[in-house]
Amino acid sequence: MVPDPVLLQAAADFFPNGISRYAVGGLLVGLGTVLIYVGTGIPAGASTFLESTLSYVSDQSRFQQYVASRDWRVLFTAGIILGALAFAATFQSGLITSPLYEPGTTGQLYEVAGVTLWTTDIQPWRLFLGGILVGIGTRVGKGCTSGHGVCGVGSASKTSLVGVLTFLTVAIGTAQVVAALGVSP
Amino acid sequence: MSNRHPLFKPLIFVGGLVFGFGLGFSHMARPEVVVNFLLFEDLGLPFVMFGAAIVSGIAFALLPRIRETAPLTGNRYERRLKPFDRNVLIGGAIFGVGWGLSGICPGAAYASLGVGNITILWALAGMFLGAYAQGYWRSSRAERDSTAVNAD
Repeated sequence: MVPDPVLLQAAADFFPNGISRYAVGGLLVGLGTVLIYVGTGIPAGASTFLESTLSYVSDQSRFQQYVASRDWRVLFTAGIILGALAFAATFQSGLITSPLYEPGTTGQLYEVAGVTLWTTDIQPWRLFLGGILVGIGTRVGKGCTSGHGVCGVGSASKTSLVGVLTFLTVAIGTAQVVAALGVSP
Repeated sequence: MSNRHPLFKPLIFVGGLVFGFGLGFSHMARPEVVVNFLLFEDLGLPFVMFGAAIVSGIAFALLPRIRETAPLTGNRYERRLKPFDRNVLIGGAIFGVGWGLSGICPGAAYASLGVGNITILWALAGMFLGAYAQGYWRSSRAERDSTAVNAD
């Protein structure tokens, strides 16, 4: 069968980095979630860590409600950071290559002790201001991309589906406006 | 909480490792790639979110049929169902503006630090500040409300 040239062009336009790194990465994110769920029954999200960790330094009732889970949430986050470092030391450093992994061209690479690390070109003010809104929004909105997007959607929760649809739509609009205003990177 | 299974913490950590490796591999730890999705220049992101949701969805659906409770905690296997109210819309919209502006969400920000992105500390500082601001405001409002109820 000869591949349709129109379809191939559309794939190259919409998926310049292919889909395998996204699909494989997504499966691993799901696998990490499942490992924790199988053993503990906890559908873990990433954003509660922000409030549970604040309970170490603040007596506010809103943070103190997470005291019971704050220690394992620190461990979960440390795992995420070190898991990403393991990715940097292997695939990002070119130590392991695979047809499933497309390295891409974003940001800046630099080396420390033989490990290829990566840093963003996105301007700090965008990260800081965006971070503040993410910190408010995920906690008021009861979840983030992992809590609502992975665990909630995986649970076929109507609340989470509405949450994902809301933040996805608003994020697309925001990014389009920011780009139209000429803000780059 | 003091009588947790000795494997509870190691399992959480290993789950985090796999989760973080996946965020690195999928390039979600790179805000540029998220922004490129939102600008329709690279439509890979849904494969990450829905790929992960499908895998966890299978576990959420199957496990309650196989076992009653989780071995390390005794927790019942339940799905992640949260009650809907307008906060889901308000918070979701605020999160959406932040995500669209910065290209970063909490899990991906932790992973971004792991792949070497020191600049992401700006986003992490912002997230803690934002989480603190809403917590401070909601805690004091809850206190006011309970005082008002007690006064009645």
